[in-house]
Amino acid sequence: MEPLLSVRDLKMHFPVRGGLFLKSIGAVRAVDGVSLDIAPGETVGLVGESGCGKSTLGKAIVRLSNPTSGSIVFNGRDITSLGRHAMRPLRSDLQMIFQDPVESLNSRLSVRQIIEEPLVIHSRGNSAWRRQRVDELLERVGLPKSAAERYPFEFSGGQRQRIGIARAIALEPKLIICDEPVSALDVSVQSQVLNLLLELQQEMGLSYLFIAHDLAVVKHISDRVAVMYLGKIVELADADTIYQNPRHAYTRALLSAIPEPDPRLRKKRILLEGDVPSPINPPAGSAFGHRIGHPRYEETIGMDLGLAELEPGHWVAADPCCLTPEDWEKARNS
Amino acid sequence: MSDEEPLLEVRNLITAFDTDAGLLRAVDQVSFEVKRGRTLGIVGESGCGKSVTAMSIIRLLPQPMGKVLQGQVMFKGRDLLKATDPEMRKVRGGEIGVIFQEPMTALNPVQRIGKQLSECFLLHTKMSRKEAWEASIEMLRLVRIPAPEQRIGDYPHQLSGGMRQRVVIAMALACKPDLVIADEPTTALDVTVQAQILDLMKQLQKEMGMSVILITHDLGVIAETCDEVVVMYAGRVVERAPVAELFERPLHAYTRGLLNSMPKLDTPRKSVLPTIPGMVAGLADLVPGCRFCQRMGREGPVLRERPMFEEIHPGHWVETCPNCFEEPA
Repeated sequence: MEPLLSVRDLKMHFPVRGGLFLKSIGAVRAVDGVSLDIAPGETVGLVGESGCGKSTLGKAIVRLSNPTSGSIVFNGRDITSLGRHAMRPLRSDLQMIFQDPVESLNSRLSVRQIIEEPLVIHSRGNSAWRRQRVDELLERVGLPKSAAERYPFEFSGGQRQRIGIARAIALEPKLIICDEPVSALDVSVQSQVLNLLLELQQEMGLSYLFIAHDLAVVKHISDRVAVMYLGKIVELADADTIYQNPRHAYTRALLSAIPEPDPRLRKKRILLEGDVPSPINPPAGSAFGHRIGHPRYEETIGMDLGLAELEPGHWVAADPCCLTPEDWEKARNS
Repeated sequence: MSDEEPLLEVRNLITAFDTDAGLLRAVDQVSFEVKRGRTLGIVGESGCGKSVTAMSIIRLLPQPMGKVLQGQVMFKGRDLLKATDPEMRKVRGGEIGVIFQEPMTALNPVQRIGKQLSECFLLHTKMSRKEAWEASIEMLRLVRIPAPEQRIGDYPHQLSGGMRQRVVIAMALACKPDLVIADEPTTALDVTVQAQILDLMKQLQKEMGMSVILITHDLGVIAETCDEVVVMYAGRVVERAPVAELFERPLHAYTRGLLNSMPKLDTPRKSVLPTIPGMVAGLADLVPGCRFCQRMGREGPVLRERPMFEEIHPGHWVETCPNCFEEPA
């Protein structure tokens, strides 16, 4: 099947300026060569530690920022360098939900105005139709009709996220980039919002790029999961596979760090020393090999650490520092 | 259960806030105890009163709105609620260390971390400035900060989130407290860093023998670190039990709801998650009776009278509301 979204070798570098004339003295390689496909109706989860570039990738895809290089093909059309004006009609198919519903909603607009805004911008229907549409949307996301005339601050976190979702689905998009949509919510509310996202996906055939740091949540909602480390995808596979059989050392460490809600399972962790290295002038070779001080790190300098397909659909960075010797052999020969 | 005197005993604590709508109780008759060398977890959703409980213990409620209306906080044989302000200043940072969620707000951004750390020693011990500086380097080493001699001259913004939280832990532990109150200590951190910090806290607890009150909304963190758990809902303790018992045999509907609504790694993918319907009522609208029944939209006498808090199994206490309390078969 033709993918809905196809990202190829995307790079998003930000110059670091300094010195007397604010010359560019380096670059933050926030996203550094990412390739990713999302099929219609599919959810791809994107996980990684803060600063790994997952949110930047999300923003680049909806073209809130301009990629440095690479390509983004959405719905059969190259949108990598479309201008604001040319992007506009495509925005109805490509929406975004943010982590903090408080900050992403305009506090001066009523809920009706917030949800209606995309319909107005895209000149959908007349005002009577839009009125009815907003009521339908509110009902769909589980808010009372009376919510329409109230303001965002009157709602709890979970309800605000529902408002954000109502706005995002107003134009019946094909893909929604969800950037940490449930991270700020309490557990009982979080499960309500996750259920809503899953229902909407079934009804509307939506695709999601679901960015989050909670690995259990990502596993629950995703078909495939991509693990990002320092601007690069290091492992990409079917959600069940990646959790049951992680091949990359970083994925293993990340999974072992999840606190399991079961006191009988106080497990042995793979404790990572230190923090994610800075994406400003990152290590020349394997970034994770550098962090764990792997003896083969020197070898990886200048090596192509791109993804190799170990099993059908299971991609992992071909990196001698992060794979078992057998997997490394396999990756090298593929 | 040992008969040993607990280190801290909170009895019938009521804390209220003076608002335009009147005096509203954020904490309503909360009781629990912390044994020496043990970790007590307090878990609940936002607004359940878990942080206000902690702030009442160390008397750092926002002033002038926050007031303790009733109760006792017995710490090493005396009631902290009756202590004078100078006495409390000695207790805080001395016998009780505090770790807050956001290390950036707990640290002074314009002071080097060495200065802030040595302040603990200068305030609570008779050390000289130089000795305090040396002791601070030692503390940074204890919380596993690499190259502590160099880091001690850094400002907080020069450190990563995980390193900052280590500095806050170092400050809390500087004077070898008997009790550490950690309010969401790892919520702002990545899972990998969270694992490091929880591991560090466990090791330090073993080495120094202190008790810990860990406040969190994350049941995973509770399961991994606590000995006993208090579940709070709308200002009240609805259930209290040893950690294994609570996860195996939750007796209150709210506890069960919380446990079920978390997706776990073995939950079937894309399945419908169990949820707790409705939401917590505002402080002003809370009923005197069972507040979880209020959330579930039940009516009648259950809303009028507060359910008894009873010990069903040794050490396992629960609010025995006829609707919410259920003994599993």
